[in-house]
Amino acid sequence: MGYEFDFSAISENIGLLLHGAGLTIGLTAIAATVGMALSIGGAAAALWGPGWLRRIVGVYVELIRNTPFIVQLFFIFFGLPSLGVKLTAFEAAALAMTINLTAYGIEIVRAGIEAVPPGQREAGFALGIAPISTFIYIVLPQAIAVVYPALVSQIVITMLESAVVSQVAVTDLTHAADLIQSRTYRAFETYFAVTLIYLGMALLMRWLFNRAGRQLFAGKR
Amino acid sequence: MVTLSLADIIPFLLLAARWTLLLSAIAFVGGATGATLLLLWRYGAPKVGGVATSLYIQLFQGTPLLLQLFLVFFGLPLLGVEVSPLAAAGIALTCYASAFLAEIWRGCVDAIPRGQWDASASLGMNFLTQMRYVILPQSLKIAVPPTVGFLVQLLKSTALASIVGFNELTRSGQIVANATFQPFLIYGLVALIYFAMCYPLTVGSRVLERRMRISR
Amino acid sequence: MAELPDPSAPMIEMRNVNKWYGEFQVLKDISLTVAKGERVVICGPSGSGKSTAIRCINRLEQHQSGQIFVEGVELTDQIKNIEHVRREVGMVFQQFNLFPHLSVLDNLTLAPRRVRHQSRKETEALAMEYLARVRIAEQAHKFPSQLSGGQQQRVAIARALCMEPHILLFDEPTSALDPEMIKEVLDVMVELAESHMTMICVTHEMGFAKTVADKVIFMDHGQIVEVAPPDEFFSQPKNERTKLFLSQVLKH
Repeated sequence: MGYEFDFSAISENIGLLLHGAGLTIGLTAIAATVGMALSIGGAAAALWGPGWLRRIVGVYVELIRNTPFIVQLFFIFFGLPSLGVKLTAFEAAALAMTINLTAYGIEIVRAGIEAVPPGQREAGFALGIAPISTFIYIVLPQAIAVVYPALVSQIVITMLESAVVSQVAVTDLTHAADLIQSRTYRAFETYFAVTLIYLGMALLMRWLFNRAGRQLFAGKR
Repeated sequence: MVTLSLADIIPFLLLAARWTLLLSAIAFVGGATGATLLLLWRYGAPKVGGVATSLYIQLFQGTPLLLQLFLVFFGLPLLGVEVSPLAAAGIALTCYASAFLAEIWRGCVDAIPRGQWDASASLGMNFLTQMRYVILPQSLKIAVPPTVGFLVQLLKSTALASIVGFNELTRSGQIVANATFQPFLIYGLVALIYFAMCYPLTVGSRVLERRMRISR
Repeated sequence: MAELPDPSAPMIEMRNVNKWYGEFQVLKDISLTVAKGERVVICGPSGSGKSTAIRCINRLEQHQSGQIFVEGVELTDQIKNIEHVRREVGMVFQQFNLFPHLSVLDNLTLAPRRVRHQSRKETEALAMEYLARVRIAEQAHKFPSQLSGGQQQRVAIARALCMEPHILLFDEPTSALDPEMIKEVLDVMVELAESHMTMICVTHEMGFAKTVADKVIFMDHGQIVEVAPPDEFFSQPKNERTKLFLSQVLKH
């Protein structure tokens, strides 16, 4: 059979793709920023919080980690409005991604905190530093340094998984591909090119984070 | 709007969950086979195989599964192969699982001390004999917990097959949600069914890991 | 002293062997001949390349220039050659490297069964014979982790012997052992030496070198600095580096 590959659909729609990629990165940035803050709080709560809070965090983490992201997204986007919570597609996507990333982030940060020798905390207390300050200035920086690579991987995974937000009509990178292929009937070429764009974004993210990590944690490990 | 009672909905969803399990099983068996082949290549021919398998793993771990699925679904017909949604999802998930399992198992093989390779080589064993009798029996033991953990990820990933029209649990949920206008209830139920399938595996993986750590 | 071996039939010959790790040269022009039945001890400070040198003989490491012959077969990239040489050359490692998932008996029978395709019955009889020789037959059905270090190393020696090698290489076989266990391993090695097994031992055990070696080789910075029979080596070392090394090891 004589199928001829034609990638002109890609070059003609660069603007659309760039816009989509920007949205994917924006969503990932929101999820990463909010998710990291919540992960640290969640990990501290899971370790030292009162019993009821620990249980809530535990249930949250298990529920999210044992259900598919797309179902979480549908639940938020289609399900919550029936309770009167109206969200735009973008808001629903950002919320779903944040909730998802946080569940994994809590487990990662907690492992990092547990990896810091207890002597570090004790030394802080012995110097008369308040527990909260000991946590923020002594324990946490060491914990994050240990699990930084795992956190970076999780953020990259969140970015890649965000492709499904196109299913609730968020105009992300995959949605741009859907649009282009429905106009041009060049499904394979479009998705192939967009797959490569995702790969490039994933590699670039990992590279940037690793560079930043080397500067942030130089000599701290 | 159709009125359906929970007595209708729950069995419908549970029956659909069978397809989720079937697709997971296909992907796992396919992925395990693929990963084994990749690793034999990697360790048997370290130069070419090492680079090629690393590239393969990078490629499948660095791109969205959804797009891998689209590429199979829209790409195979270009080669003259018509694929059903189940076949497309099965193939894409097999490739995806191969990459992840290869990466997990590579870590387990690399965890075996260099001395085991040296000692078996010094006794005159060839590569396959070393693998079969010395390296694999030891790495398989440490590979079980993370492999069970990956099964959870794989099972959740099958939800994406709904997007290419395969009638598994998520898609059945969509259909019922659209018919009943009760998305909160339906997607909640769907999530619970996934949870019921995944959580035992998560716990199992954790128990196995703890048991292994104690035995060492 | 042992009989003089026949120089026309070297078991091992290394000719101008060089090896680099990146920029760093670990072996510089190593030339060495070991005759049948000869017992050679290689000593030298850590990092002198002595372990690397013997690991080249069964090609656990590859040399980059020069030639190595084992019983007349040159070591090249040819897998057949390598496998042949490894069947004839046994090795005992510093860290024992027993297979932790197999019982002592299975550790011994694995290679004869899977490499030489001998029957289980035949290999088990052979294995028990060698276990008796290293005085550990009663531990045959235990697992390596249940044995002491000295016992593990004796099992490792028996494992190498089960392939009935023509040459045995020892890579610091007592360095990982607690002091009280060193003797039980050395006793086994001395017995082996007395049975005229061709042996190359990398070791710091100078007492062992004195009693059994036909020649002692001193290596430093990747070079062979001095080769001499043990009485000469210990009483009148020629090289300054050898003297310094000996004064450090023999002090205690």
